[in-house]
Amino acid sequence: MNIQFGSIKYQYIGLFLLAILLSFIGLFVKNDYYLNIFVLIGIQAIAVLGLSLLMGYAGQVSLGHAAFYGLGAYASGILTLHYGFNPYLAMLCGIAISAVMALIVGLPALRLKGHYLAMATLGFGIIINICFKEMASLTGGPSGLVGIPMLKLFNFTFDTSISYFCLVWAVFIILMLLSIHLVNSPFGRAFRALGSNEAAAQAMGVNTHIAKLIVFIISAIYASLAGSLYAHFVTFISPASFGFICSIKMVTMVAIGGMGTLWGALLGTSILVSLPEFLTVFSDYDVLVYGLILIVVMIFMPEGIIQGSLKLFRRFRYKETNV
Amino acid sequence: MIGQILQFLFSGLTNGAVYAVIALGFTIIYNATDVINFAQGEFVMLGAMFMYTFVHFLSWPVPISFVATIICVAIIGMLVEFFTIRPAKNADIISLIIITIGVSIFLRGVAMMVWGKNPVAVPPFTGSTPIVFMGAAIDPQIIWVLVITLIAMIFTQWFFKYTIWGKAMRACAVNKKAAKLVGIKVERLVSLSFALSAGISAAAGAVMAPITFASYDMGTMLGLKGFCAAVLGGLGSGIGSILGGFILGILEAFGAGYISSSYKDAFAFLILLIVLFLKPQGLLGQGEVDKL
Repeated sequence: MNIQFGSIKYQYIGLFLLAILLSFIGLFVKNDYYLNIFVLIGIQAIAVLGLSLLMGYAGQVSLGHAAFYGLGAYASGILTLHYGFNPYLAMLCGIAISAVMALIVGLPALRLKGHYLAMATLGFGIIINICFKEMASLTGGPSGLVGIPMLKLFNFTFDTSISYFCLVWAVFIILMLLSIHLVNSPFGRAFRALGSNEAAAQAMGVNTHIAKLIVFIISAIYASLAGSLYAHFVTFISPASFGFICSIKMVTMVAIGGMGTLWGALLGTSILVSLPEFLTVFSDYDVLVYGLILIVVMIFMPEGIIQGSLKLFRRFRYKETNV
Repeated sequence: MIGQILQFLFSGLTNGAVYAVIALGFTIIYNATDVINFAQGEFVMLGAMFMYTFVHFLSWPVPISFVATIICVAIIGMLVEFFTIRPAKNADIISLIIITIGVSIFLRGVAMMVWGKNPVAVPPFTGSTPIVFMGAAIDPQIIWVLVITLIAMIFTQWFFKYTIWGKAMRACAVNKKAAKLVGIKVERLVSLSFALSAGISAAAGAVMAPITFASYDMGTMLGLKGFCAAVLGGLGSGIGSILGGFILGILEAFGAGYISSSYKDAFAFLILLIVLFLKPQGLLGQGEVDKL
């Protein structure tokens, strides 16, 4: 499998094209409903980008990433609502909490492999979600927190869809840039080596346990940041948004887009977040179609849509030149 | 006091028996295919729903409905294997997990369409006057749950120990290539393992439905708890998963009773984490964890 989708130069061109595409969307989409979907895609893509580093590059599964997403959202919500924190400070606290949590859980969990790691992270995610539900005095219980303040920068409030759209995608592009450089840094090469063959990486002198732990913490930070952005955007959070299903959706977004490409994370998120909008034609059957799409993509394109369609394209061209 | 303890014990045993059967279902599929089937809980849900349909709509007598339920869900299990697991032959763990999650979402969607979103009540097998035993009130359905899950456990143990199919399946679990070499038709066995696993899960669902109500979304939590039980007992060990199920059910019942009922669901997963961190091979598992 070719892990890299191109050199850094191509990645920059990709980012540039993405920025142009986004400015077109920002300029021409005037309907707030559609803009909100793009905002949600951006928020989710930030979290999925982190998970993509963990799953696609370091080769470690996490079925509990919604916990970090939720920790970020709840830290922002609780600290700003109950304790009057500055939203940015609350966001940083959320990141710190998620990072410490990732360290505590990751330390024993990342010694496990395959199914066992999947199960440990799954259990962790569910426990955190139950805590969101049951610590009602802090979290508002199952009905959640209402009235989380909007983000402000000096005198400007991000209260319109278009302003939040710009904010979220600016954050995404910065993180994408960071991730591209991270993946191509010496440490990035270390955890990519770990992802393709752990024993070989160890033999080359990579401390695989530390490397896994660091990537796990980085991905938790991304998820937490995304959670905070989500809380300040919708201004209402409840435990249902951060449950097992949410973790599963994040993993699916990584896998559908394609493991081992950062762009896959963006593609997978865009597809899966916007899919229910297209499926409204099917009204009640949308869940069903969603399930079917997951199955079909995973059976026929186990490497994800990007690599899968490239392969199909190559096969097609190969046939044509042969005729 | 004794009455209260007995009450918790019985509620723990009932849930534990159901977890044990679901865990056994996980184990059967895991041994045959190395797949962790995240759709296991949906088989339980389908069992409850089919039972409801046969008893309530078609007014079939309970024993016939029960057998029909098991057969229907076993066939669904085989279909699931044929259409999703078989075509994805060389998929890695993550792809397989996502495929079974897709199956689970799909089955839940179908169930929501067919039976609607509201929970439905399944009539108890034999009356509903509680039996009073040493100060504890016991729902007669609980006796049914215990009896039927016990039969399911004994049946699978007998099947694996004394039938040629069961022996072949055990060979398959040890080494698939070697099993193929001695002439075992692995594909047919995998298909059978899905049928068996779906069938016993459906039996658990059908027998517990009168206690808990049946709804299209009941499967997820049950499946995950069964999964905790399977790990607790040692992934891949049949007796281990039964033991794991009962231990989990009883710990959960006493935890809910004496510590906090609102964190009831968290206990199972807390136990899961503790087991994974301290003894990942589980109570009775013998396989090395590293292999995975």
